[in-house]
Amino acid sequence: MNGTRPDGARTGKAAPPDAAKIEFRAVGKVYPAAGGGTAVTALGGVDLGIADEEFVTVVGPSGCGKSTLLGVAAGLVPPTSGEVLVDGRPVTGPGPERGVIFQQYALFPWLTVRGNVEFGLKVAGVPRRERRARAEHFIGLVGLGDFADAHPRTLSGGMRQRCALARAYAAEPRILLMDEPFGALDALTRVRMQDRLLDIWGRERRTVLFITHDVDEAVYLGGRVVVMASPGRVQEVVDVGLPRPRTEEVRLSPEFAEIRNRIWHAVYHQEGNTT
Amino acid sequence: MGTVTAPAAQPVREARRRRVPSRARGLGLNLVALLLGIGLWALLAGLGVQGLPGPVRVAHRAAEVLGDGTLEGDALASLRRVLLGFALGTALAVPAGFLMGWYGVARGLLEPWVQFFRTIPPLAIIPLAIVVLGIGETPKILVIALGAFLSCVISTFQGVIGVDPTLVNAARVLGAGDRVIFTRVVVPASTPFIVVGMRIGLGSAWATLVAAELIAAQQGLGFRMQQAQVYYDLPTIFVGLITIGVLGLLMDRLLLLAERRLGGWQDRR
Repeated sequence: MNGTRPDGARTGKAAPPDAAKIEFRAVGKVYPAAGGGTAVTALGGVDLGIADEEFVTVVGPSGCGKSTLLGVAAGLVPPTSGEVLVDGRPVTGPGPERGVIFQQYALFPWLTVRGNVEFGLKVAGVPRRERRARAEHFIGLVGLGDFADAHPRTLSGGMRQRCALARAYAAEPRILLMDEPFGALDALTRVRMQDRLLDIWGRERRTVLFITHDVDEAVYLGGRVVVMASPGRVQEVVDVGLPRPRTEEVRLSPEFAEIRNRIWHAVYHQEGNTT
Repeated sequence: MGTVTAPAAQPVREARRRRVPSRARGLGLNLVALLLGIGLWALLAGLGVQGLPGPVRVAHRAAEVLGDGTLEGDALASLRRVLLGFALGTALAVPAGFLMGWYGVARGLLEPWVQFFRTIPPLAIIPLAIVVLGIGETPKILVIALGAFLSCVISTFQGVIGVDPTLVNAARVLGAGDRVIFTRVVVPASTPFIVVGMRIGLGSAWATLVAAELIAAQQGLGFRMQQAQVYYDLPTIFVGLITIGVLGLLMDRLLLLAERRLGGWQDRR
């Protein structure tokens, strides 16, 4: 099983910049002063390289700029300085090679699960029959086979997020950008969704950038954990080094606890923490 | 997998179970309200409230005017005006609302005029319309169209600017360009608002109609009521009022049906 091999082609604290799938080069984002306020620095020059098929999680206190980081990579937020390279090409807008999962699911409520999953394929002009087949495959992959014709409002939060995952996967991106995707779910559903995501990722490898504010989640999912601090800088990058597939056994192991504690301290005892 | 899907199937069934009896009960309550209203009316008429005709007398009168064809003629004349005015008004309002919501330039150009005319009741335009356009059908239909347009345009505009930006972003990251975002996200997301605007527009179309006919017409429900007033013919006035109410209600129900069809995906209380 390829689930057991280490993340990505090159797993290391700092992958060589030219080999990175995604590369942040001194990415800065400053929101100009609005209505007499002061300018807000969301990102203060972030350097980060992510290798192909690597699973990187980003954790940090709220307001540290982690969502902005993802927005820049998605091409939804233009940076004010620096640039993001994907396969060596600078990002200038959203692209089909990058799929995004939003915390608020962002499913189209007037479409069924199938309609949502087919959306990106329709936009890309994929013929109807192939569209059907591909959607079917990914709906099955996330375990929503019985709910293909249901509307999002009739689904639970976890099912909605699975639908969003299938929708992102169906467009066949090489990169998945996930912005606190399980943030709105209850603790139990969240743990199940983590296992399901890892299971899907094990079968359909992609490069994943996963934002979370949950230290356990960051450690459990990630090959590397990026700890961010305000205002918008990378404080530390931690190699998790736990074996895959990640199981309950791993989650409850002392090694897990050790890394978790280390990252916990890095996140919650940052200098100048105002919250 | 089974452990996740099984409990999650619950809300689907629950939602269905809740809706069916509540709709039947709602209809029952509506019927009770109708009977109570007619009962109260009969009671007041029976107690001898001055000049008030009872339900029976009004029903009698309705049968008469139905028999000689005046009610049908009046209703058709009025319906024609309402439908033409309403169709014209909403046909202009929907694209105008979209333009205002989507393009800053269109908003800047159209909004002052919309807001300006919104403060003037369509009825206040009637004298001007009659002087300029005469007493034919044109001024009546145009005034009705104006009323329908103003209520519908605002609502369409609100619908477009209220589209969840996350949905627009979700479409963008799936590769959608501006045109696709407009047709596949903005239009469906604002459809429920448009239907609400059309319902409000329809209400204002009827309100404007009667006023328009009160001033100058040879036929129509409003005109008939005006005539009846001269002859102190209260039953005819009642027949006119009830006909307008019933026609308005029927048209509103049709739009409501359309809303359910187009906006069934929305969460409802």
